[in-house]
Amino acid sequence: MAFTDAQLERYSRHILLSEVGVKGQKKLQSAKVLIIGAGGLGAPAALYLAAAGVGTIGIADADAVDLSNLQRQVIHATPDVGKAKVISAKETMEAINPDVTVNACRMFVNAGNVMDLISGYDFIIDGTDNFPAKFLINDACVLGKKPFSHAGIIRFKGQLTTYVPGQGPCYRCVFKQPPPPDAVPTCRQAGVIGAVGGVIGSLQAMEAVKYILSKGDLLTGFLLTYDALKMDFRKIKLPLDKSCAVCGEHPAILAPFDYEQAVCDLNGH
Amino acid sequence: MDDFEIDETADITDAVCPLTFVKAKVALEELDDGQILSIRLNDGEPVQNIPRSVKEEGHQILKLLDNGDGTYNLIVRKAGD
Repeated sequence: MAFTDAQLERYSRHILLSEVGVKGQKKLQSAKVLIIGAGGLGAPAALYLAAAGVGTIGIADADAVDLSNLQRQVIHATPDVGKAKVISAKETMEAINPDVTVNACRMFVNAGNVMDLISGYDFIIDGTDNFPAKFLINDACVLGKKPFSHAGIIRFKGQLTTYVPGQGPCYRCVFKQPPPPDAVPTCRQAGVIGAVGGVIGSLQAMEAVKYILSKGDLLTGFLLTYDALKMDFRKIKLPLDKSCAVCGEHPAILAPFDYEQAVCDLNGH
Repeated sequence: MDDFEIDETADITDAVCPLTFVKAKVALEELDDGQILSIRLNDGEPVQNIPRSVKEEGHQILKLLDNGDGTYNLIVRKAGD
């Protein structure tokens, strides 16, 4: 289908790029990206992907918008407090770009539903805030052969990496297993600067766009770390672990499973 | 007089920068490699910028014809990716 004049104008700054053009914009239009978590990372990622004209965006989250979210979760506004995050996010994305179809999934992602959830998407963005969810999403994406962007933020720091099936290490190759519950503070306890989510979530959106366009180099095989106080980015090479429990040569994990959640993370859910 | 045959035409005289080049790109992307497009464009900023931008994308400029009415026809052969 040809773009309308309004679409050509909306996406003109993309189409002007030789790496995008009309063909690339059509790739974005037919792409399906799932964002798990409509929080500090998911908010900027969802905003940029919607604005970019990614045709189908799924967003999954069980929470409602809380006043304490608004300091960083820029897709939600003050009148949205109390509303389901996925509905608030869907409304904002559709207001930015009516071309986009948003699938709002108000759900707590777990081992029982994650494979179904990711199955219809081309690229997954992990915007969750806890280790059990991050391992669950990693395992599901490895088992379901889905590329995904991992990220985490806390205080003034953030990190991200990109997994592409068959092209490099997965999150579990590097981190093996979650730390014991409550051993590591979540951003609920530790605090986080809102703009750190903006930096890292925007980078996740950028990785999704590059993957869809098949342009440039992804963060596969690297962990990018960001220290806002020191204003330092580091790109660390990640080794592939042939004995990885999920993506290794003899995997022990053949289906997704849930780790125990830290008690404080479940309060209020 | 011309050693080329025009396959398609595009008129970008109703657009302003940067939509002029966007529309030229759209027209070029609809062609097959090697086909020839004639783009009608206005004097001034479009005729200064569009030929350069088209060239930067790797396409071959065959001719720029002055229509004498404040517009030009830019004849472009589409290059492959």
